[in-house]
Amino acid sequence: MTPNTSPYLSPNKMLNWSKKNLFSSWVNTIMTVIALIFLYEVGTFFLNWAIFKADFINNFRGETITDRTFCSKNIEVGQHGACWAIIFVRFHQFMYGFYPVEEAWRVNLVYAFLPFALIGVLFDKLPLRRVFLYFTFAFPFIAYFMLYGGPGLSVVATNKWGGLLVTLFLGVTGIALAFPLSILLALGRRSNMPIVKSICVVFIEFIRGVPLITLLFTANVMLPLFLPEGVKPDNLLRALVAVTLFQSAYMAEAIRGGLQAIPKGQIEAAQSLGLNYWQTTRKIILPQALKIAIPPIVNTCIGLFKDTSLVLIIGLFDLLGIGRAALSDITWTKLYYEVYVFVSLIFFIFCFGMSRYSLYLEKKLKTDNS
Amino acid sequence: MEQVIQLEKVNKWFDDFHVLKDIDLTVTKGQKIVVCGPSGSGKSTMIRCINRLEAHQKGQIVVHGTELTNDLKNIDMIRKNVGMVFQQFNLFPHLSVIDNITLAPIWVKKLPKKEADNIAMTYLEKVKIPEQAQKYPGQLSGGQQQRVAIARSLAMNPDIMLFDEPTSALDPEMIKEVLDVMIQLAEEGMTMLVVTHEMGFAKTVADQMIFMDEGRIVEQASPDEFFNNPKSDRTKLFLSQILNH
Ligand SMILES: Nc1ncnc2c1ncn2[C@@H]1O[C@H](COP(=O)(O)OP(=O)(O)OP(=O)(O)O)[C@@H](O)[C@H]1O
Ligand SMILES: [Mg+2]
Repeated sequence: MTPNTSPYLSPNKMLNWSKKNLFSSWVNTIMTVIALIFLYEVGTFFLNWAIFKADFINNFRGETITDRTFCSKNIEVGQHGACWAIIFVRFHQFMYGFYPVEEAWRVNLVYAFLPFALIGVLFDKLPLRRVFLYFTFAFPFIAYFMLYGGPGLSVVATNKWGGLLVTLFLGVTGIALAFPLSILLALGRRSNMPIVKSICVVFIEFIRGVPLITLLFTANVMLPLFLPEGVKPDNLLRALVAVTLFQSAYMAEAIRGGLQAIPKGQIEAAQSLGLNYWQTTRKIILPQALKIAIPPIVNTCIGLFKDTSLVLIIGLFDLLGIGRAALSDITWTKLYYEVYVFVSLIFFIFCFGMSRYSLYLEKKLKTDNS
Repeated sequence: MEQVIQLEKVNKWFDDFHVLKDIDLTVTKGQKIVVCGPSGSGKSTMIRCINRLEAHQKGQIVVHGTELTNDLKNIDMIRKNVGMVFQQFNLFPHLSVIDNITLAPIWVKKLPKKEADNIAMTYLEKVKIPEQAQKYPGQLSGGQQQRVAIARSLAMNPDIMLFDEPTSALDPEMIKEVLDVMIQLAEEGMTMLVVTHEMGFAKTVADQMIFMDEGRIVEQASPDEFFNNPKSDRTKLFLSQILNH
């Protein structure tokens, strides 16, 4: 690692830094040169493919691309790069699935307000945080009404939802629902009551012991059995249940790690002051334990967000599912790289964001008073 | 005299390890009892049984006329009236000093925040660190932290205070500031049960000395007798070790 990296990049400092870290010995210098050549080759190849030699809306003859036969690379083989037209032409599907085009503004509105719902949760020193948190609690209801519809808005059944909408819906809702559940599971696992404890242990270990795919299949088959006859939960709801249970087990283990780090003396001090179990938990244990557990919690969230793509096997079209659907369209087939690079990029943006947030928190925890 | 704590034939085991053996002890109102004894003799365990941080298995513990059983209501009631100060301070690191002190008055006694703040400031003045109210425990010295811990206990207005080696985690130069607060508290008439090896403090404050060894109360006497004319050999040995170190 390089402890002497500075946030201020002056040419002088960069030179010193390079001398120390990249060219300190012959071996180091050779490694640096090889790495640079490699980076250069890969970088230029990718940039040429993705940008400089790529088609976006028109091909090299200036014609609008409407199917794969118009892609420059299919006209002059070996001369041209990516054909991004598939993304543009199918952009609506990637973002909203089969949501009616004229109703897409509703989804856009939800996308636009999602950051405002998250910001209060993510940043504890935010001005007016309380107001933002009220919005956070109201947001699920607003979002549900906007997305699904109701009085005044036409109903869009969830089988019409797809693409990024399904990915975000499962990721965000799954995490939000799993959070309180995981706290209860983690507390239950440490409970003195043998029945509560064993239920939590069995639940957590069972869920952690099976792949998410199995849970998705199980939810698909089993959930109808638990519901009154005639009520048929839709596929998305079944997936949500599976994803939530899955996430809650992993999150519970992350939180348990935080709980274990709280010294016993904290609990004893709270008890000796007369605080009961729930007061002690809420005021003393959880604030400290969750703080410690945030980095591992965020890790499980990143994992879950990526895992939501598995829902394509139970017939839901998340971002990846929509991508695969695009590829199986005979007018666009074989544009694998374009589709997978695009889908990866979207996943990367969200996961990288979460990862940076976790790093930010870790730094903040180190500098905090307590 | 009014009896506030009674232990009768109290026995406790950690699995098959017999920590407390037939403990008999009576504390009357306003009495100051100092408990000493070698490490592992069960001193902490005994006083932790009095506010049920540990449960005893045999015998009877009565505090303010209420017997300690598994009944949570009784336990809550007793804890409200019995304050405890720990060797490791056990302040809540995520709360400021004043929030540490007001937490229980607000949540247990349901006092309005303003009133709780006033009470907290009164006790911070009493332990002579009102200027630290807004700081976090991590920013205070050990002696200051222990005084905050005492103020935190007092803010619940207990009529019995338990101290478990309150100065043994402190650097020598900070011991006095904590003992001074405890002496002042004793002068005000608080009922105190103190585990400590600070024999100077014991001589100033104690009405009764208790010496424990291997889970038993080996000797119980007035300080005068205890220090000048101990009966058991084990007490003599212990005193010679602790006084001539
Ligand atoms: N939770 C526990 N489980 C098992 N054994 C314990 C537990 N707590 C204490 N003990 C044991 O019980 C005995 C008495 O412990 P206790 O803490 O009461 O001693 P003490 O007199 O306070 O000693 P010290 O001066 O070291 O604080 C010790 O041998 C200790 O190892
Ligand atoms: Mg002890």
